[in-house]
Amino acid sequence: MSETLASTFTIQVDGQTVTVQAGQSIMEACDAAGIYIPRLCDCEGLVPQGSCRVCCVDINGRIQAACTQPAAPGQVIGNETPTLNAHRRTLVEMLFHEGNHLCPICEASGRCELQAMAYRLGITQASPYPYLQPVRPVDASHPDIALDNNRCILCGRCIRASRDIDQKHVFDYVGRGIHKRIGVSAARLAETDASLEDEAIARGTCPVGCILRKREGFDTPVGQRLFDRRPIDLDNAVQHHIPTQAVPAHIESDPP
Amino acid sequence: MTKSRVIEIEPLTRVEGHGKVTVHLDAQNRVSEARLHIVEFRGFERFIQGRLFWEVPVIVQRLCGICPVSHHLAAAKAMDKIVGVDILPPTAEKMRRLMHYGQILQSHVLHFFHLSSPDLLFGFDAEPERRNIFEVIRKHPELAKQAILLRKFGQEVIEATSGKKIHGTSAIPGGINKNLSLAERDHLLANHGQFLEWCRAAVTLAKSYVIEHQHLVKRFAHFPSNHMSLIREDGALDLYHGKLRATDAAGQIIFDQVDTDHFNDYLMEEVKPWSYMKFPFIKRLGNVDGWYRVGPLSRLNNAAFLDTPLARDAHLEFRELTQGSPNHSSLNYHYARMIEVLHCCEKVHELLLDPDLQGSDLRSSGTRREEGIAVIEAPRGSLIHHYRVNENDQVTFCNLIVSTTHNNTAMNRAVTDVAQRYLDGQPDITEAMLNHIEVAVRAYDPCLSCATHALGQMPLQVELVDADGTCIQRKSQYIDEDTYGL
Ligand code: SF4
Ligand code: SF4
Repeated sequence: MSETLASTFTIQVDGQTVTVQAGQSIMEACDAAGIYIPRLCDCEGLVPQGSCRVCCVDINGRIQAACTQPAAPGQVIGNETPTLNAHRRTLVEMLFHEGNHLCPICEASGRCELQAMAYRLGITQASPYPYLQPVRPVDASHPDIALDNNRCILCGRCIRASRDIDQKHVFDYVGRGIHKRIGVSAARLAETDASLEDEAIARGTCPVGCILRKREGFDTPVGQRLFDRRPIDLDNAVQHHIPTQAVPAHIESDPP
Repeated sequence: MTKSRVIEIEPLTRVEGHGKVTVHLDAQNRVSEARLHIVEFRGFERFIQGRLFWEVPVIVQRLCGICPVSHHLAAAKAMDKIVGVDILPPTAEKMRRLMHYGQILQSHVLHFFHLSSPDLLFGFDAEPERRNIFEVIRKHPELAKQAILLRKFGQEVIEATSGKKIHGTSAIPGGINKNLSLAERDHLLANHGQFLEWCRAAVTLAKSYVIEHQHLVKRFAHFPSNHMSLIREDGALDLYHGKLRATDAAGQIIFDQVDTDHFNDYLMEEVKPWSYMKFPFIKRLGNVDGWYRVGPLSRLNNAAFLDTPLARDAHLEFRELTQGSPNHSSLNYHYARMIEVLHCCEKVHELLLDPDLQGSDLRSSGTRREEGIAVIEAPRGSLIHHYRVNENDQVTFCNLIVSTTHNNTAMNRAVTDVAQRYLDGQPDITEAMLNHIEVAVRAYDPCLSCATHALGQMPLQVELVDADGTCIQRKSQYIDEDTYGL
């Protein structure tokens, strides 16, 4: 067998044959083939962490996160199935329950991946469960950046971007279970070395309206925001990708 | 019976939001006073504290589903001050003005045709089943169609300028986030001639009503008062921006060309234990004599002229009704409202033809300030927004004085006046009597959810209270509590 043949193989996704480069995750292979797998915590250019579970797919009968699961020869994968989408819907609903999401007054509205995912999955009304409606203080101490933790979905994109790309480690998880939230590496954001130039602060790294670039809110008219024109899909989901040249070598995935 | 009584009316139908009226009777069964109560409060000014200042224009418009644009723009104007901008780029100011005229047009049309025309067309005494918009549609289909299309036009102007028909986001601190595309402009211009005709007809309709019902108009909730509004430097009506003018019952100036930043030096608010709605008054005149009215009637009383040709003439005719002295009739609010509709329709046209609306300089910036005060003429009258913002960009203080609050004393006067005239000494409360009270309140087009700054809506009723303060009869206009076991 030649070198080329050995490094590619195929898998089946919703009945479609997808060619995989050895070493790709299922998510990477599907992205390359133009097949969209819904996701929230995964972001091109960041190490996948498989925490939001929205990208779970059915792999030969087992449900696993597509962003962390390596593609393997012979996999038969279900993606857009009614069962999986029902699970995804529940997961996304629970994110709305855990945070305090008042979309109509949120500057992320229209470019927010959580909101767009809710629309994609057909969440049009409140679920019957109680909302936690936390009231968490806004950290507006930094001159250029504000944090509204009420809208954080704990995707960890800011953590990975700050640690791996900006090499600053401004953000990390603190607390456990239902009390888990995003903390900063000082008492307040103003005392960290976070800055507008950070990849962690770039618009789109935070998928929701938690990390805010101050005084930029509502600068895009309704109708021209990222998800106004079309629902979240492959093109606009990976629209915010962190350029690979910015990614230090040590976190690039090694070929097996 | 020798005890005094109180009558309650709820819900007041066809006012925006809900409230309650109590009619206080003395021992001789004579009406001593009537009060308009606001019964729910969710403290918007507290909710906004700690929020980031650029969110405020979007958040604050959620106070109201009927005139959100007024709140959006008043807050944006206050935030202009915060970001140190006193003069907006022309495109931004004109886009905002266009939005505002569209808003007043649609709100006034809604109020006049959908909410008030049943009373005016069928009479205050008509059976409740007939006094509604559906009957108007049945009996006056052409009028109803015009109302619906005019309102739609106003909403389309709002959508094109704010991004959405309701709760748009375009006014941002220091400017606007979009201009008007040529396609949007042409769409809005397409039927403008027709709309202008309908607005003229509406003025004629309102005018003939007040002339044909002169007797009623002069008697019904007609009382002298002070009037306050914004005014342009040259004395013209300006609904978007200007300085404050107050005139007394004889039309004499109380104060004039007051910079809105200093409104606090001229106005005070009094709290009364039975209402969540405050009672503002002119400081210099004190809380007894200092109350005033705002809104279409006051604006047309205060304005020296209107700066669009058709509305200018209509205003002159309006002033002739009272030989140039101030018009104090509550029912004339409707007439004044229609003149403003015509004015807004003309203003919209003027702006649509202005190439500045296609400009690309949308936003200015300046030196940050801690305090922002803005006044705008909302459909129902002067709307004051006052904020303080800390160095972290968070709101630390917010006070809103909405139009309905300015009219608080006036509405109570109107209700008392009508109660004394129509309920006094009568053995029983009739539907028609209660509706007279409602008509009086409705003339002010009150928006009660705004007035209490609640985020939701409130129910409203009328109660009869005796001299001991005991409620002896409670009545709702269309919901009979006995029948429904409420
Ligand atoms: S973060 Fe997204 S989902 Fe949450 S309130 Fe904002 S727009 Fe809505
Ligand atoms: S702040 Fe934003 S990027 Fe960071 S974990 Fe929360 S939602 Fe994710």
